[in-house]
Amino acid sequence: MDDLLARSAIALAAEVRAGRVSAREVVDAYLARLALTEPAIHAYLAVDADGARAAAAAVDAAIARGDEPGPLAGVPLAVKDLIVTRGLATTAASRILDGWIPPYDATAVARLRAAGAIVVGKTNCDEFGMGSTNEASAFGPTANPWHLGRVAGGSSGGSAAALAAGSAALALGTDTGGSIRQPAALCGVVGMKPTYGRVSRWGAIAYASSLDQIGPMAMTVADAAVTLAVIAGVDPRDPTSIDAPPPPLAPPTVGDLRGLRVGLAREYRPADLDPEVAGAVDRAAAALAAAGAELVEVGLPHTRYALPAYYVIAPAEAASNLARYDGIRFGPRPPADDLDQLYARARAVGFGPEVVRRIMIGTFVTRVDHRAAYYDQAQRARALVRDDFDRAFTEVDAILAPVAPHAAFARGELHTPLSMYLADVFTLACNLAGLPGLALPCGATVDGRPLGVQLLGRPLDEATLCRLGVALEAAVGPARRAPWPPPGGAP
Amino acid sequence: MAPLADAEVRALAHLARLELDDATVARLADELAAHLAYVAMLDELDTSAVEPMTHAVAMTLRLRDDVPGPALTADDALAGAAATRDGCFEVPAVID
Amino acid sequence: MTWEPVIGLEVHVQLATRTKAFAPVAQGYGAPPNTLTDPTILGLPGALPSFNRAALAAALTLGLAVGATIARRCRFDRKHYFYPDLPKGYQISQHDQPLCRGGAIEVWHAGVRTAVALERIHLEEDAGKLSHGAATSRVDLNRAGVPLVEVVTAPVLASADDAAAYLRALHRLVRHLGVCEGDLEKGHLRCDANVSVRRVGTTALGTRVELKNINSFRFVKAAIEHEVARQIRVLDGGGRVERETRLWDGVAGRSQPMRGKEEVADYRYLPDPDLPPLVIGDDDLAAARAGLPELPAARLARLLAAGLTFDDADHLTAEPALADYYDRAVAAAGGLARPIAAWIVNDLTRELAGRPIADAPIDAPALAELVGAIEDGTISGKLGKEIFARMIATGDGARAIIEREGLRQITDVGAVEAAARAVLAANPAQVAQYRAGKATLLGFFVGQLLKASGGKLNPQLASTVLTRLLAE
Repeated sequence: MDDLLARSAIALAAEVRAGRVSAREVVDAYLARLALTEPAIHAYLAVDADGARAAAAAVDAAIARGDEPGPLAGVPLAVKDLIVTRGLATTAASRILDGWIPPYDATAVARLRAAGAIVVGKTNCDEFGMGSTNEASAFGPTANPWHLGRVAGGSSGGSAAALAAGSAALALGTDTGGSIRQPAALCGVVGMKPTYGRVSRWGAIAYASSLDQIGPMAMTVADAAVTLAVIAGVDPRDPTSIDAPPPPLAPPTVGDLRGLRVGLAREYRPADLDPEVAGAVDRAAAALAAAGAELVEVGLPHTRYALPAYYVIAPAEAASNLARYDGIRFGPRPPADDLDQLYARARAVGFGPEVVRRIMIGTFVTRVDHRAAYYDQAQRARALVRDDFDRAFTEVDAILAPVAPHAAFARGELHTPLSMYLADVFTLACNLAGLPGLALPCGATVDGRPLGVQLLGRPLDEATLCRLGVALEAAVGPARRAPWPPPGGAP
Repeated sequence: MAPLADAEVRALAHLARLELDDATVARLADELAAHLAYVAMLDELDTSAVEPMTHAVAMTLRLRDDVPGPALTADDALAGAAATRDGCFEVPAVID
Repeated sequence: MTWEPVIGLEVHVQLATRTKAFAPVAQGYGAPPNTLTDPTILGLPGALPSFNRAALAAALTLGLAVGATIARRCRFDRKHYFYPDLPKGYQISQHDQPLCRGGAIEVWHAGVRTAVALERIHLEEDAGKLSHGAATSRVDLNRAGVPLVEVVTAPVLASADDAAAYLRALHRLVRHLGVCEGDLEKGHLRCDANVSVRRVGTTALGTRVELKNINSFRFVKAAIEHEVARQIRVLDGGGRVERETRLWDGVAGRSQPMRGKEEVADYRYLPDPDLPPLVIGDDDLAAARAGLPELPAARLARLLAAGLTFDDADHLTAEPALADYYDRAVAAAGGLARPIAAWIVNDLTRELAGRPIADAPIDAPALAELVGAIEDGTISGKLGKEIFARMIATGDGARAIIEREGLRQITDVGAVEAAARAVLAANPAQVAQYRAGKATLLGFFVGQLLKASGGKLNPQLASTVLTRLLAE
C-alpha cells in the first residue's frame, strides 16, 4: 500500500495497464490515506469514494477485455473545486454555489477521465481563486501537510496539499496570478501553469478570463508533462484555446542541457529577498549550470508594474465574471422583498469578504468615468510587461525565479489585503504575458518547510521547461510526500 | 490617503448589487482607497506607444459552424434553481 | 413657435440562423420553456461563448446590402446590467467597434424613393423572456442568446409617417435577404424610437426620449405622434423635456416613464476577454456579396420602369416570392408586365385569400399563357376570368381549355357584321331610338351581341362594328 503512495502517476498507470495491480487497489490505497490525513489537512471539499471505485472498476473491466484503458489508467486524481465536474458538487469554495451540481464536465476533466484517470474528489481553494493562502475558502482553510500550523498556499492549496499528503497521485489546479505554482512551492510538489490557451477553459469557473489557466499538479515533472499532453488541445467551446501542435505524450528524459540559456532576472532578486528563498534559487541555478546550461542575467524592467496592473485587470474581469451569481438559476436564495434586494442579498451573503473586495475594486476601475485611466492603462502596462519577456527570450530560453517571497507562513500572518497581494510579485507577470511556468521543489527551510523555484518559458515551450525541470529534479531530488503525522505539530 | 466617501462606496455596491452593512462600507472605504493609491503607480508609465492588451495571446476569433448540439433538458436547466414555476425560473415580481 | 420632430430608430432584427449567437444550441419559437439552453445560455459557472459563423454571414449580407462600411476588424464587448432575463449579468454586444458603420436603407414612400442614413449595424445576443404573475415573475431562457443585429438610423426621420415607412422598408429588406423571417408576431423585429423636437429652421437636436415596446407598424406611427405631441405640449408650456425612457402602451394609446431607468445606466462596457478580435476575411466578404439577391428597392424601381403602377409594384415587392412569381410569368410571356402584374395583384391575390404565393393554384408560366391569350385577342378579358376559374378547377392550361371548348374569340369581321345585323334587325325600336339620338343604347346593342356570341366576341370589336352599322 505505501509502495503505491510512493509511485509517480506514470508508474502507477504502467502497473495498472500491465495488470500488476488493479485500479481498485490503487484507489483504495489513496482513499485510505485520504481518510487518515483529511481531518487534519482538510484538502478536500467533496470526496466521491463510490464514484472513484466505480470508475476504477470500469478501468479494470476495460483492461480485462483487452481494451485500451488510457495513458493514466487507474491514477487517482484530485480536481480543484474551481473546475466543474458532472454530477459532483462544485462550489468554487463559495457559499454562493453551495449545493450546485454541474450538469457537465470541464474539458480537461473529460479528457483525463477518457485517459483512465479516476476522480477522487474536489479540492479546497481560495474562494473563486482569489487568494494565495487558502484561508479565503468559505469552508475552512487547508493545512500544509509539512507543518499543520502553516498555510498550504493558494489558491490551489487543496490540490497541492492532497498531493503532499498522499491523498491523490495527480491533481488539477488553476493559475491566474500564481495559484498553481505558489501552493506547489509551499507544499513541495510540482505545478505547471501552461501557456494561456494551451488548455481549454471550458468548465474552469472564471475568475479573470484573460489570465486563468487550468494546469497539472503532480509529484514529478514527467507526471505534469504527461498530464498536460492529455488535457491540452484546441476546444471549439473555448475560442481562447490555441490550435497548436500538442505537447508530446512521452515524458521528458534527463539529458544534458548544453546549448540552453537560463536567465536570472535582476528584478526577481530584490535585496531584501528571504535568504532561504534566495538560497533555493542559487541551488537550482548551480544544478542547471552543472548539467550544462548557461546562466545569463536578464532585465525585466517593468516587473514592478506587473502587480498593480494585475490588481486592476483581475478584479475588473472578476467583477464581470461574477455578475452571473444572483441566486436565481443556481445557488442558495435568501428571502427578499423585491428583485434588487434578492440580487444584493444573495450576493452579499454568498460571497466572502475577499471576493466582495475584488468585485468592488473591479466595479470601480470599469466604471465609465474610470475605465480609461485604470483598466485601459493597466492593459497597456500589461503589454509593456509582455514586451519585457519577448526581449528577454531573445537572450535566454527560460527564466529561473523564486515562486513566493517566503516559505509557508502561519495562518493569519499576512495582515492586510495589500500585503497579501504584494506576495504575488514573482508569479503574476507570467500570467499577464500568457507564458508557461513550471514550479518544482528545491530544498527546504531549516525547519523543514518546502521551498520551490519556477521556470518561465516562451509561449508554447513547455517542453523546454520540462527538460530543465527533469534535470533539476534529478539534481536536487523529486517531490516527496509529507511524513504522517507531520512534523511541526497541530495548529 | 483619504478613504473613499461612504456615498461612493454605496454607489459602487449598488452597481455591483451587493448589500453591505455600515461596518463593511467603512472598511471598504479604507481598503479601496489604499488599493487605488497603490495602483496609481501605473500613471508613471508612458503607455502612448502601446495598445491595451485585452487578450494574453494574439489571436483572432474562430467561427463555429451553425450546427445544433444537444440542449439541456428543462429539468437539468432548472435543477439548480431555488424557485421555479411552470417550467420557468421564478423571481420576485419585476415591474417594468 | 413651430416645432419639427427628429426621429431615429433602433431596430433589433432576429437573425434566422439554426443555432444561437454564442452557443451551439438550436433557436426556435414556441418550444416548452427552458428547453433550448445549454451551460453557455444558462450562464453556468465555467461556460464560455463560441461565435456562430452564420450570424456573421447574415450580418455581412445586411451590411453589404445597405452599402455600409464593413469593419475588417471588430470586437465584442460585455454590456453589464442586472436583470432576470440576462443570465450572465451582461449581454455580449458590440460597443466601440461595431461590424458596420454608415450605409443607408432605400425607402419607397408615396411614390418617392429616399435613402435613410444609418449610423451603424452591430451584432449582439438576445435576452430571455419574462412573464409576469401577481407576486412573482417567471423567466424562460429559450430566447436568450438568439443572434440579433441592431440597426441604428441617424436621427434623420422627419415624421412618424417616415418612421413607419422606414420600418416597413427594413422589414421588407431583411426578408428579401433571407437574414430574418420577419414574423412580427414572433418579435423578429423590435423597434425603439429616439424622439426629440426642435424649432423649425434650427439644426441643434433637442433632448431625446427613448420610446420602447413599439412592436407593430401601426404602433410606430401612433407612439411617435403621441410622443411628439407630448414634447410639444411640454415645451409650449415652458417646461423642459426630460431625458428618459418611456414604455409605449398600445392598448391605452400612451406612454409611461420606465421605472428604474431614471438615471442613465452605466453599462461598464468591457472588451469581452472570452472572444478574441473578429477579423473579416476576403472570402467572408466575397461569399456574402455573391449571395446578395436583388434588393427590394431596386426591384421596385425595375418594376416601375417596366410600366407598372406604383401600387402594383409595391404590392409585388412586398414578398420576395411574389416578385419572383411575377418575374417568372413575365419571362414566360416575353413581356406583358402590366397585365401580368394586374392579374397577380387582383385575381390571383383574391384567389389565394391570404395564403402565401407558394400555394398558388396555377404556376407562373400558366398565368403567363392566360394573359397572353387575352392580350393577343384570342379571348376577351371577361372570358379570361372564367377560364382562370376553369384552369384552377381542372389544372389544364388556358390555350388547352380554349381549344377544347371552342372559346376562341370571333375576330372575323364578316361574321361579326352578320351577327350584328341580326341583333339590329331583332330590335328595331331601339335602333330607331338610337338613330333619333339616344346614343347610350349602343351599350344595349353591344350587350345583346356579346350574349348572342356566347362571350366569344371582343367587346371593342362589337362596339366598332355596331357603331358603323348604326351609322349607315
